[in-house]
Amino acid sequence: MPPSSERSTGRPARVTAAERHSPKPVGCSGAQTPALWRSLTWHSAFSAGDRHKRTLPRYYSVSFWHEERAQAGMGGYQGGFGPPGATQPLYGHYGGQAQPFNAPPTAGMMNGMHPAPASAQYGQIAQQNGAHPHRFAAPPASAAGYGQPPQSSYNNMAPQPPPATQQITNQMNALSMGNYAPGPQSPVNTGGQQHLQRPAPVMGQPQMHPQSPPMSPQMTAPPMASTPMSPPPMAGAPPMGGPSMDAPHMAGPPMGAPSMAGPPMGGPPMAGPPMGAPSMGAPSMGAPPMGASTMGGMAGPFPGSAPGVGGFQQAGLGPQGYPQQPGQFGGHMAGPQPGMPGMPGGFPSGPSQLAGPPQKKLDPDSIPSPTQVIEEDQQRQVGKLYVTDVRGQVPPLVTTQFTVQDQGNASPRFMRCTTYCLPTTADLAKQSQVPLATIIKPLARLPANEAPLHVVNHGETGPVRCNRCKAYICPYMQFTEGGRRFQCGFCNCINEVPMFYFQHLDHMGRRVDFNQRPELCLGSYEFEVTLDYCKNNKPPNPPAFIFMIDVSYNNIKSGLVQLICNELKTLLENLPKEDGSESSVIKVGFVTYNKILHFYNVKSALAQPQMMVVSDTAEMFVPLLDGFLVNYQESKAVIYNLLDQIPDMFANSNESETVFAPVIQAGVEALKAAECSGKLFIFQSAMPTAEAPGKLKNRDDKKLINTDKEKTLFQPQKAVYEQLAKDCVATGCSVDLFLFPSQYVDLATMASIPSHTGGSVYKYINFQVETDGEHFLRDLRKDVQKPIGFDAVMRVRTSTGFRATDFFGAVHMNNTTDVEMASVDCDKAVTVEFKHDDSLGEDAGALIQCALLYTTLSGQRRLRIHNLSLRCSSQLQDMFKSCETDSLVNFFAKSAYRAVLKQPVKSVREILVNQTAHMLACYRKNCASASVASQLILPDTMKVFPVYMNSLMKSAPLVASTELPTDDRAQQRLSVVAMGVEETQLLLYPRLVPLHNVDLGSEALPAPVRCSEERLSDCGLFLLENGHSMFLWLGQGCPAELIQGLFNLPSLAHLQPNTSELPALDNPLSKKIRSIIDNLLEKRPNSMKLQIVRQKDKPEILFRQFLVEDKALYSGASYMDFLCFVHREIRQLLS
Amino acid sequence: MGASAVLGTRHCSKVQSPVSCASSVSGADIQCFNLWSRTRSLSGNTKSFNMTTYQEFIQQNEDRDGVRFSWNLWPSSRLEATRLVVPVSCLFTPLKERTDLPPVQYEPVLCTRANCKAVLNPLCQVDFRAKIWACNFCFQRNPFPPSYAGISEVNQPAELMPQFSTIEYIVQRGPPAPLIFLYVVDTCLEEEDLQALKESLQMSLSLLPPNALVGLITFGRMVQVHELSCEGIAKSYVFRGTKDLTSKQIQEMLGLGKPTAQGQQGRPMAPQDAASTCRFLQPVHRVDMNLTDLLGELQRDPWPVPQGKRPLRSTGVALSVAVGLLEGAYPNTGARVMLFIGGPPTQGPGMVVGDELKTPIRSWHDIQKDNARHLKKATKYHEALANRSAVNGHCIDIYACALDQTGLLEMKCLSNLTGGYIVMGDSFNTSLFKQTFQRVFSKDFNGDFRMAFGGVLEVKTSRELKVCGAIGPCVSLNAKGPCVSENEMGIGGTTQWKVCSLNPSSTLGLYFEVVNQHNAPIPQGGRGAIQFVTQYQHSNTQRRIRVTTIARNWADAQSQIQHIESSFDQEAAAVLMARLGVFRAESEEGPDVLRWLDRQLIRLCQKFGQFNKEDPTSFRLSESLSLYPQFMFHLRRSPFLQVFNNSPDESSYYRHHFVRQDLTQSLIMIQPILYSYSFYGPPEPVLLDSSSILPDRILLMDTFFQLVIYHGETIAQWRKAGYQEMAEYENFKQLLQAPLDDAQEILQTRFPMPRYVDTEHGGSQARFLLSKVNPSQTHNNLYTWGQETGAPILTDDVSLQVFMDHLKKLAVSSAA
Repeated sequence: MPPSSERSTGRPARVTAAERHSPKPVGCSGAQTPALWRSLTWHSAFSAGDRHKRTLPRYYSVSFWHEERAQAGMGGYQGGFGPPGATQPLYGHYGGQAQPFNAPPTAGMMNGMHPAPASAQYGQIAQQNGAHPHRFAAPPASAAGYGQPPQSSYNNMAPQPPPATQQITNQMNALSMGNYAPGPQSPVNTGGQQHLQRPAPVMGQPQMHPQSPPMSPQMTAPPMASTPMSPPPMAGAPPMGGPSMDAPHMAGPPMGAPSMAGPPMGGPPMAGPPMGAPSMGAPSMGAPPMGASTMGGMAGPFPGSAPGVGGFQQAGLGPQGYPQQPGQFGGHMAGPQPGMPGMPGGFPSGPSQLAGPPQKKLDPDSIPSPTQVIEEDQQRQVGKLYVTDVRGQVPPLVTTQFTVQDQGNASPRFMRCTTYCLPTTADLAKQSQVPLATIIKPLARLPANEAPLHVVNHGETGPVRCNRCKAYICPYMQFTEGGRRFQCGFCNCINEVPMFYFQHLDHMGRRVDFNQRPELCLGSYEFEVTLDYCKNNKPPNPPAFIFMIDVSYNNIKSGLVQLICNELKTLLENLPKEDGSESSVIKVGFVTYNKILHFYNVKSALAQPQMMVVSDTAEMFVPLLDGFLVNYQESKAVIYNLLDQIPDMFANSNESETVFAPVIQAGVEALKAAECSGKLFIFQSAMPTAEAPGKLKNRDDKKLINTDKEKTLFQPQKAVYEQLAKDCVATGCSVDLFLFPSQYVDLATMASIPSHTGGSVYKYINFQVETDGEHFLRDLRKDVQKPIGFDAVMRVRTSTGFRATDFFGAVHMNNTTDVEMASVDCDKAVTVEFKHDDSLGEDAGALIQCALLYTTLSGQRRLRIHNLSLRCSSQLQDMFKSCETDSLVNFFAKSAYRAVLKQPVKSVREILVNQTAHMLACYRKNCASASVASQLILPDTMKVFPVYMNSLMKSAPLVASTELPTDDRAQQRLSVVAMGVEETQLLLYPRLVPLHNVDLGSEALPAPVRCSEERLSDCGLFLLENGHSMFLWLGQGCPAELIQGLFNLPSLAHLQPNTSELPALDNPLSKKIRSIIDNLLEKRPNSMKLQIVRQKDKPEILFRQFLVEDKALYSGASYMDFLCFVHREIRQLLS
Repeated sequence: MGASAVLGTRHCSKVQSPVSCASSVSGADIQCFNLWSRTRSLSGNTKSFNMTTYQEFIQQNEDRDGVRFSWNLWPSSRLEATRLVVPVSCLFTPLKERTDLPPVQYEPVLCTRANCKAVLNPLCQVDFRAKIWACNFCFQRNPFPPSYAGISEVNQPAELMPQFSTIEYIVQRGPPAPLIFLYVVDTCLEEEDLQALKESLQMSLSLLPPNALVGLITFGRMVQVHELSCEGIAKSYVFRGTKDLTSKQIQEMLGLGKPTAQGQQGRPMAPQDAASTCRFLQPVHRVDMNLTDLLGELQRDPWPVPQGKRPLRSTGVALSVAVGLLEGAYPNTGARVMLFIGGPPTQGPGMVVGDELKTPIRSWHDIQKDNARHLKKATKYHEALANRSAVNGHCIDIYACALDQTGLLEMKCLSNLTGGYIVMGDSFNTSLFKQTFQRVFSKDFNGDFRMAFGGVLEVKTSRELKVCGAIGPCVSLNAKGPCVSENEMGIGGTTQWKVCSLNPSSTLGLYFEVVNQHNAPIPQGGRGAIQFVTQYQHSNTQRRIRVTTIARNWADAQSQIQHIESSFDQEAAAVLMARLGVFRAESEEGPDVLRWLDRQLIRLCQKFGQFNKEDPTSFRLSESLSLYPQFMFHLRRSPFLQVFNNSPDESSYYRHHFVRQDLTQSLIMIQPILYSYSFYGPPEPVLLDSSSILPDRILLMDTFFQLVIYHGETIAQWRKAGYQEMAEYENFKQLLQAPLDDAQEILQTRFPMPRYVDTEHGGSQARFLLSKVNPSQTHNNLYTWGQETGAPILTDDVSLQVFMDHLKKLAVSSAA
């Protein structure tokens, strides 16, 4: 039995060292086990010895860190927020208080914590397990035997304390891992084995036991019992105890344990105060404040907040969570262990011991719940009309369904602000740290019950504008002198009213035709413009779509080319068209390529399409003009012919190299030649390695992660692509990139052009037609059919006193004011940051006018105007009241993602935490009524802000983990840049919808629950969805009827892994659930691949990373921990 | 009166030729014969003439060997040779059609001396007993190869028989190489032009041998290489029309693998390699249908041409791609690139004129003022292409059909250096083009195409001679050897020339130098010998070698000057001197060339004329030289040397044909022939003189490039009145018909098709005739002639009479 021998010899020794110093965070290590797998599978080239050498230093530092952490009692956060040492300067100006807190960790850091904690952990794990490689390979047979010993030994061990330490630690590891991880040592070996055999790197997180059903029974009984039990004996060893302890307590406050200074708090629900305490490690902390009931403590501080809106959960909520819990957790308990990787449970909790059994309960329901906030806001809007006639009115949440009536301000669907009340002075703004920004989605879709924008035509002279600032006529223009003049609301310039536009004023000083003219009474409207607003003073041609299909070996082999060609036939029937027009005037063109490009002449007059090959990739050009871009309806026969032939033509191609930049260049040239704007749909299989401009090479260097150079992974390779992006924008050529890679493709570079041209990037790793085909086609359909505008220039004008200073979006800026977008579709949003120029007047308020000049689908040049007026106040309180969390998060996400191009990820995270703390501290200081310092007080409007910020910090681009594919990080980074508020909200806080007790009769979607493992139930069925991924999670205890109804399978065990589709069954449940899923897919801008995961199955790891309230897999704190940390920071700042 | 009587009975008497009335009669006869028999035989009675020995000899030699020497006796020393003014030189037609020459199926026997390698020939001395032969060029004694073991006086191989002074060997070297035809088609044409061109091209497919490879490149703003092997979708590779690409790049972009490796060995590629390259060049029988459809679907260049602009024609890149493609795929294999253009190259390398219509294409005037911006660059570009193409044995034809110039001046070298044709017409939709193009694919009596590829002509001379150069559709192969003269005439410095494409009438002018020193003895009874060895790829894909060995006697110029004089072939000499003149004209100013020609003529007259010093009236020339000055007179006026009234393209076109046609055609070009039809007698050749233009005559003029039928004033009126329709005037109808029939006969055979002009007195097209005839009657001297006959020509050009007077004056003056 090689494995066991391995364990008995090599491993303990190694582990010992670790254990001696460190209370191992069981949960963490469990979570990180996958790192080990990878290191094994990927680096198997290293000899074992090598691995030792490499990992050893880390190993020491890790142990050191653990030790240190034990002292500080706060280790958990450091992982998330970076070494405190680094944060120090940021806190510096907030006074001495920081010092004491920081000191210990800093010291620790200094002492050689160079590798960031996260990686250190990995290192450690790798180290620990490093000796086990063969074990994974071991045949299943051995596994059984293998599984046994630990248990027994474990049991045996317990009694004998001293030697036990090692062993037990070891054991503990194993056990706790058992849940998440390969747990070679875990009792449940079979599972481990499975894992190992297919190391699926995709899996990032191994937390789960792959095979649940068999497991759980086993688990439940013996190990469970013993595990939790054993800790007590262990108690002596502080680190150990924690984890095991938690398990039993799980039910209540998953939170509590780790940070939990818990004991003093006693009060089970309390989240807030205690947090501070534990993190401080100072005994002085927590106790007193906490004691009080959560409710009391919390609700109080919020001035003016309705009871229900209390800072933390109120009693009312409690019930909601509580009743469930027993069941939930009972289930858990029965099952495997404490289990949740991301759960606080994972933390070793020294304190818990101190505290003794009772107190470590912090009720997770006591902390602000996003789902609840969403729910309440929705309730508030029921049956109401949102009328935009009030300046600075805070709109409903972005998640809320509501109907807008435009009465002078743009609908929040078009523009949303971080705050609807600007501080009057720059100082105030600076003090509050609240970013002033608006997120503009200029072409946002409107629901069917809201009227489309009016189109205004001012005739030959073009739209009436202010002579000085060029703002367009809008409701903020003040007409004077009987209507002969008007004063611009933005620059206060007095302008003559043009003759044709003159109208008398009524007794109110309003124009008589006020209500007849959309531009005088509405917030959003469109102008038809004159040739002066067109490129080259020529009316634009209808836009074109060019489909550019990579026909290299990979795409042919995967069947993708065939799939695309088939789909295009139907897809092109449904090209987007202007409302009311009969058919689309969009022209289409086709290019295939590998190392060379093939253009097709599909002129309707031809009997057969003609292919034109261009091999001159160094200097791309378009070989034909007439017949390349055609009207689909006219050339249908030829196009059909072409689409039928393309897959055959290249069926025997074995060309695997491709080009990329020349392909885009070709598209640009084609559009240039046709003098139209348009969009390229590029279906690319791999990194362009053929000798041509824009050739890329693999620069995915995991070693850069967590260094100052990490940012280079996000930075596109310049030169060719930079120039190309400019060309694209100048031509009005937008690029949508569909990637089908099997490995690294340098997405940061490849996606740089889409991200500058208003395009989108879709990636289907290891694409297979059977499993990903439908998913891809949905994306493609959505993408093609989206309402879209081309060749757009956006200008944001503001009233005096402030101005737009920064723009985030899939845009290109040639100067500081004009936002150029090759295309802008209904989902693309631009976030605009404002800064004060001067002070603002409370009376005048602040006006924003966004003008978007673009070419419509039918080739008309239009100008779309959105106006928004905001309040101004010298009271910070007003501002905080008018804040909009979702918008804030959108802004922070975009700015943080941009910041990673310039700064190490670590410092970006620090900045985010700091800013969060600062904002909240500012509120506390200036707005909240006096209360005990230990209370965490959140403004009502920002009460769930921390959960989003925490989620943001745990998002892939900001997590420096070698586990995450660089491409994924880059892609998320780039995709967020163009996102609107709705999307960022969803991305950072996925919807987790319980479906097991869905009301078959009701239309409504069941209310989502919070994204935390504890909300899951063993016998439940949950749908999780964040706009990009979608999971159907099946609890182990799912009733057989449910399984039968959904899958037509007798039990969960029969379900094939990697199922990604629900069979179309004719029963109410199946229909209902499928319709729910379909509706969601319909609603979201992107398609999502449905991934069906079973509880405890290996793929569950993927699912778990979306439970954003839990502790993250790679690094990042749980919601609760984060709150504690932020609270501590705030206290630092305030004291 | 007497003159006209003479005219009536004798055809071409030089009545007004004052050079030598006494001897001119027979001279005229000879000329008539020469012009006559080669163009057509008009009627039996014209064959009455008295031949001299030399005439017979020359004729015989020409018939047998395709060779015409300026001198048929060679002066025995360098000094004397120079004094003869006209160099020892010959017109050689390597592939002269000979029905009586069956090729032999074995390899020629070569002299074993490394720098000689002359081929065994009838002039060699053979020792049948020792089975040894002596090379008549280097005197090396060579054993016969084993296969000649049975040789004896009575059993001689063909190459030793005197009648086989020209012999053709079929040799087996490598696999048979297919013929390749690559069409390079301009698509910037008017719709009907393009349509006509497409039809011609489609038609041509049926004329090609089934196994020949064809390819198609079209160009306009872009250049498209069409892939012919594909099923379904028509594929083409497209190149930017403005970017000059190297051959390697082109081959890479066409996906032609690595052809250079094979190319080096000078062998056609192995079949499997060929298959990959063949996508663009496919056997006719396989792609016949495809290509026909493809041509049918060919569209005009779709890129919009803004007002005031010329269409963008990427002729340069298209040619470069064509050359690159062939270079990569089929080096050293006979191939014919056929370029069809409807206008000048307007972009990219080799552009001749910009696309702005307001800047007209360069004229001679611009060129003389050095005002032709693109001329040098374009010429250089095309020359480089031509040389590359020539190295690989591919020839390039240019079919230019447009009303304006198409840049032939810049592109002429493509054809000139590779042996390709240039055809110039007004439109592809004319029978001129259609018939000409069809005639490219004409076949000989064996059913083989009248074209050969990849010819290499090697000249070997006996020691007393060296070769100075060649003028014709060839490039130098830079083969140095002992018989290369330092004195270059034409393309010199080599003994070998590459002639990428040959047809039975391709004729080179070869110039020699006698190097024997004055004091060195004339080889007693020795003869100078010259051997022409022409290796080529026959149109039936065989490799063949044709060997022509000729010899002429040496003569001492001092003692035998009369003999030498009578051995003078004035026709050949005129053409050979004209070629030298044209060759010079390509690089020198026109007036300089004329001066040079004049000087040569005067010197010749001084050398051979009989006169008393300073007495012009005493001047006489012997019969063998009597026509020479007249040829020179017409040559001076010809478009080959006069650019006035011709565009640079036309000049290039005329010169192109002049330096490649055989003697007969060349003479027609120098001095067009004129026939007269009347009721007074059978049709007859008449003087090319304005006095021949009479009201009651129909004239037929053949200038090679034009065929003009001119109805005299009276005839024209009759015709207008419709007499030919009346039964009682049947004879008039026949008279009208006669020249048409004769013209038709010429049209049938002439390549390229001449421009056919049917005009009448006072017609605008009559200018073609009026510009050619000797302006003996002009508005200046009309009254001095005072005749009612003839038509005055409105010109200030000197007439032959004046020219002759002047010549005589200069010849007899001691100062000249």
